[in-house]
Amino acid sequence: MDLVKLIFGRLTIEAIPYHEPILLATFAGVAFGGLVVLGAITYFKLWGYLWREWFTSIDHKKIGIMYVILGVIMLLRGFADAMMMRLQQAISFGDNLGYLPPHHYDQIFTAHGVIMIFFVAMPLVTGLMNFVVPLQIGARDVAFPFLNNFSFWMTTGGAVLVMMSLFVGEFAQTGWLAYPPLSGVLQSPDVGVDYYIWALQVAGVGTLLSGVNLLVTIVKMRAPGMTMMRMPVFTWTSLCTNVLIVAAFPVLTAVLALLALDRYVGTNFFTNDLGGNPMMYVNLIWIWGHPEVYILVLPVFGVFSEVVATFSGKRLFGYASMVYATVVITVLSYLVWLHHFFTMGSGASVNSFFGITTMIISIPTGAKLFNWLFTMYRGRIHFEVPMLWTVGFMVTFVIGGMTGVLLAVPPADFSLHNGLFLIAHFHNVIIGGVIFGIMAAINYWFPKAFGYRLDAFWGKCSFWFWLVGFYVAFMPLYLLGLMGVTRRVSHFDDMSLQIWFQVAAVGALLIAIGIGCFLIQLVVSFMRREQLRDDTGDPWNGRTLEWSTSSPPPVYNFAFTPVVHDNDAWWQMKQHGFRRPEEGFIPIHMPKNTGAGIILAGLATVCGFGLIWHMWLVVIIAFVALLAVAIGHTFNYHREYYIPADQVAHTEAARARLLAQNG
Amino acid sequence: MRQRDVIIVSTVLMLLIIVPVIVLTLLFAWRYRASNKDAVYTPEWDHSTLLELLIWAAPLLIIIALGALTWVSTHKLDPYRPLERIDARREVPPDTRPLTVQVVAMDWKWLFFYPDQGIATVNELAAPVDRPIRFEITSTTMMNSFFVPALAGQIYAMPGMETKLHAVINKPGVYSGFSANYSGAGFSGMRFKFHGLSEDDFEAWVKQVKAKGENLTREKYEALAQPSERVPVQYYADVAPNLYDAILNRCVQPGQPCLKDMMDQPNHPHAARARAGKTDALLADSMCTAQNTVQFASGMRSPPGGGLTQ
Repeated sequence: MDLVKLIFGRLTIEAIPYHEPILLATFAGVAFGGLVVLGAITYFKLWGYLWREWFTSIDHKKIGIMYVILGVIMLLRGFADAMMMRLQQAISFGDNLGYLPPHHYDQIFTAHGVIMIFFVAMPLVTGLMNFVVPLQIGARDVAFPFLNNFSFWMTTGGAVLVMMSLFVGEFAQTGWLAYPPLSGVLQSPDVGVDYYIWALQVAGVGTLLSGVNLLVTIVKMRAPGMTMMRMPVFTWTSLCTNVLIVAAFPVLTAVLALLALDRYVGTNFFTNDLGGNPMMYVNLIWIWGHPEVYILVLPVFGVFSEVVATFSGKRLFGYASMVYATVVITVLSYLVWLHHFFTMGSGASVNSFFGITTMIISIPTGAKLFNWLFTMYRGRIHFEVPMLWTVGFMVTFVIGGMTGVLLAVPPADFSLHNGLFLIAHFHNVIIGGVIFGIMAAINYWFPKAFGYRLDAFWGKCSFWFWLVGFYVAFMPLYLLGLMGVTRRVSHFDDMSLQIWFQVAAVGALLIAIGIGCFLIQLVVSFMRREQLRDDTGDPWNGRTLEWSTSSPPPVYNFAFTPVVHDNDAWWQMKQHGFRRPEEGFIPIHMPKNTGAGIILAGLATVCGFGLIWHMWLVVIIAFVALLAVAIGHTFNYHREYYIPADQVAHTEAARARLLAQNG
Repeated sequence: MRQRDVIIVSTVLMLLIIVPVIVLTLLFAWRYRASNKDAVYTPEWDHSTLLELLIWAAPLLIIIALGALTWVSTHKLDPYRPLERIDARREVPPDTRPLTVQVVAMDWKWLFFYPDQGIATVNELAAPVDRPIRFEITSTTMMNSFFVPALAGQIYAMPGMETKLHAVINKPGVYSGFSANYSGAGFSGMRFKFHGLSEDDFEAWVKQVKAKGENLTREKYEALAQPSERVPVQYYADVAPNLYDAILNRCVQPGQPCLKDMMDQPNHPHAARARAGKTDALLADSMCTAQNTVQFASGMRSPPGGGLTQ
């Protein structure tokens, strides 16, 4: 076997798309930006700091923040894809074929979907849970701190693979779920689908482990007195989400493994011949895919519950029914997957069953909305930025819910399936639900993470551009969908449709401004951090335990584990004249940082890259190294340390002085 | 259009709850704003059994109504169910014979067979108005979705499998049809025109196809089956025997075993039992057990199509 092939597999110089001007320009931009960032880090001698304090950190707060940064960076990439699609569809009519050939356009819509779900929404939601849950339950970290760091880097490894496909080879041209037979090796022989498979497999390990981690954390590490029915609602929704992750992600791993076997080994699970059946793939991927929707949306339901109670200055209405609604949604989310393919030829009775189970989910969801509504009722509502996002969500989400139920009626779905109506629907619930929720959460918990608030003016600008932009971008798609226009089309003949696509493109531009305002908001807030500083640790008059500690919280979160008497634990403590303990501190047992997570994930990413390009030597070396490091790490017995009582006393005394200064 | 009615009725039912929610959200947001010190403020109020019953019951009632509508309409509008009515007023006359069209989604064009007329077309579909059409749908390699929005809902076209759709067009005209399921590079151009014609015009159209068209032999079909994009309309006056059936069973090329005959292959481990009618033993046979290891392994080793040579 020749040496070049052994080392490089099927990777040749031809795989670098230097003949595509759009990609070349993008690469130049990314390379320049990357060099500036790397240069700055080197110039300011930040490598050591970043490595010690962030990359190897097993502190759940820092890992949570890194997840959110990953999500925001990938949002820019995913949104750039969205803008390119909107532009193509706005101009590609009649004789004009637009500026993107199908080969490129098809990669873009696939990458957009994959990135937005797996590398934007998932990291943002996981980051929030990571940051907030241990603070809310009065814990000092998650149950498995090293695993948490490893999970984050695996997710990042998946994102790196997706980004590499932009400049080395190509990405899948299959749609974000890569249905066979299109994703089979006969129809898609190139590396695109392999990038898809291994990026998701690497990231999937991270997601699954992080799910296990948070699940155990919530079940085992709650502060004394915090019974299940005293958990904050965000913790409840996180619990349900992580149950869903643990139960659903192995299905994704398995189905992608089977697809990989079809492509690499020549099995016939999903092929057209020799007994393979693509319908099996469609079923399996949606058995993961539908719960995935709730994995994303349940935590933000929790965010809205926290925000609405806090800014209405009032207890959450119907706590128990909120909890039951969450649990009901968790269970039902497994009983509806077939509604994604009513048109595959299942009988009327099967279709009706899944249609009706889908509609039933709207009952607990409706109950949640009413609960938020009646929390506002007779409250004192402060319209800070998080509350704006919440009201925007309540109005927008019900529309998405309505169109969702409509799609669940099989006869309606036979007309609307795979159309732009569907596209409008799921963007309506994912933007109007998940993204609005994450923006509310970032604005809400930012002062907890960094000790100063986000600038409200730019926050409001961001909100209004997003809200208006969403309606301008997606209402035309609802209309087009009702006219029977289908998705993933790169060129149209019917000129009468063009105006609607142009309106949608304007909407996307408004959203782009909204994202720009958010980035400006981050910068402006950093510049004005002294004016925006919050020394109390409780800027919103909060209700749950995370607001009882300082902002940013000390490494150990709580000097003494709080004791919980109410589901609004901090609110109740404030009502009863809680006084911070000022002496009697004892040493605190904490986990130690380790570089094993980032090294393991780096090796897994290299292994994935080798698998994509059939570089078998690289695969073997990376895999053996992976095992060696993993085994080696088990011999590391220095994983914990004690923060001396003096140091705790010192930190707490500094906080006491700050609080005293502020009266 | 019954489907449109279903959409409208469902939407109205849901608006019963959506509109109050939106109105109340905005109303409460305004009324209980912090600067309005006149509004009642009850920070500890968090429970009302009556309200909670109401907020669970109201959506429940709507979903019961919608669920009933779903059950009935899904069965009534099942694409596999032969039509009972031509339109809202007229029933299908008892002696009507539906027009059968066999649809093949190819990379990336549509092939339509008219078995009763003995013709075939590419990227053009025609049918007489008010006559029920029975579509039998399959695909060559990709998963597509056959969709003529003006005619009926869509249904997937899948290789090696056949889906069915019953429909009728009531108004003469030219309508657009396309694939509604992304199937690769040529997907966007995978469009055709559907002509709703009077009975006479339909006869004339068939004659025209017969006059202009060539013969669709298996060789020509294989050439056609090569991937191509934005293919112009083509007519075929005659079609090789059983071609659609061979496409559906993935055995157009000589020597390929047909899916439907797989069980009849003499050296297939299931075949002997299947012929003997012992179908209940098939399930046990399809699993590798200690009793049938040798038989199972020999069945697996035999090359696909090996049986055809005998």
